[in-house]
Amino acid sequence: MRKSTLLMAGISFALAGCATMYSAVELDKMAKEAVEKSFAAKGIAKKERINQDAINLACTNAELTKTPLSGEATRKLEAAEYQAIKYPADGKFLGDWKAGEKLAQDGRGSTYSDSASVPNGGNCYNCHQISKEEISHGTLGPSLYNFGKLRGNSEAVVKYTWGKIYNAKAFNACTNMPRFGHQGILTENQMKDLMALLLDPASPVNK
Amino acid sequence: MLRKPIQRVVLGLAVGLSSGLPAMAQTDAEKAIDRYRELVADGNPAELWEAKGEDLWKKKRGPKNASLEKCDLGLGPGVVKGAYVSLPRYFDDVKKVQDLETRLVSCMDQHQGIKAKVANYDRDDHKDVISLVAWIASESRGMPVNVPQSHPEEKRMYEVGKRVFFYRAGPYDFACATCHAADNTRIRLQGLPNLTNNEPAGKAFTSWPAYRVSNSQLWPMQKRLEDCFRQQRFPYVEFGSDVTIALSSYMGVTGKGVKSLAPTIKR
Repeated sequence: MRKSTLLMAGISFALAGCATMYSAVELDKMAKEAVEKSFAAKGIAKKERINQDAINLACTNAELTKTPLSGEATRKLEAAEYQAIKYPADGKFLGDWKAGEKLAQDGRGSTYSDSASVPNGGNCYNCHQISKEEISHGTLGPSLYNFGKLRGNSEAVVKYTWGKIYNAKAFNACTNMPRFGHQGILTENQMKDLMALLLDPASPVNK
Repeated sequence: MLRKPIQRVVLGLAVGLSSGLPAMAQTDAEKAIDRYRELVADGNPAELWEAKGEDLWKKKRGPKNASLEKCDLGLGPGVVKGAYVSLPRYFDDVKKVQDLETRLVSCMDQHQGIKAKVANYDRDDHKDVISLVAWIASESRGMPVNVPQSHPEEKRMYEVGKRVFFYRAGPYDFACATCHAADNTRIRLQGLPNLTNNEPAGKAFTSWPAYRVSNSQLWPMQKRLEDCFRQQRFPYVEFGSDVTIALSSYMGVTGKGVKSLAPTIKR
């Protein structure tokens, strides 16, 4: 009797010392279960959207635990994303900057209140400064004003820029930027128009 | 219940704004909204919901012909003042952590015999829940956030909420943290609170329920979270689901001590 009382006291003392009764691994599992249970398919947003691929899982854990990915892990994840980049089949990278500007302004698409038949917007101004004329721009991403003017349009710059739009995580594993090509958010032609907005010397971005 | 005649004018303005918004440049809209905020600083249209909510709390309704005045929101039967700032919390009668909205659904069942239909925002019995939330929140205005962490389930929900906050997924790879884990950032011109920090978390936590100028609706926290996930391009987060309660717990615990603002006025 006395022994078990002591044991109980010991257990409750140990419990009081930690945040919860559960280990981090158990809590991770419970969070995953909560996500599985809490979401339902609606409109175009299928339930499978809650599934994480390797890079989202790794970045979630890195941010949650405030432990940056190791250099080795980062290289592996980025290389896998990089290898999946698809470049334009016709070798033409630059479309129409005017269409690109319109697309950059458009923040719609892919929510369960959107229709599958309406093309997604580029969401660019949500996070970036781009042309100087548009002052209603977000600040989550860096300014892209003078993007082409500062970098030129050598083959290397063009290829890099395409890759960045297609899959920014190929260059920065845990960037907040969506993978517009990799995830099928934008079409090849839409990405060409955004390329022109950034790189065409006639684009207001480079004035 | 309208305290000031100006409210009729501003309600009219709100209707005008909501229909004019899509066509207006964002900057003009922001200016108009700032002006609107000034005008209504003295009388939030949320008062209309508050008045209805107080009435609903006290009125005998449902198969049991009872009021909600014996409902335990966590501080004892019938105690309303301070309840909003100390939820979500664990309730032994249902053996789980509940926020204000889900607690009210339990109370309507237990005390009034009402099997509330609340799955859809502002439909069926959810209209009543919105009004009750508005009034109950208003009774905690100015009180410091004090979401409890004494029960193991409360701690567990906080930990789950923290993990959900950083959970990246969907076609855009977004987590709550994508927009709400850094200081001084914006989407377009909309400032984004860093919900990992005490003061912005507490302010955001107590900003809902809020009257939304852009659509003239009153949004409680459950609806706010549903729309966050919609914009995150996630599937539909269900009313009262674990994810919503866990995120509220995370925000509330992070925002401890911040004085409650709700109900507020929002874009």
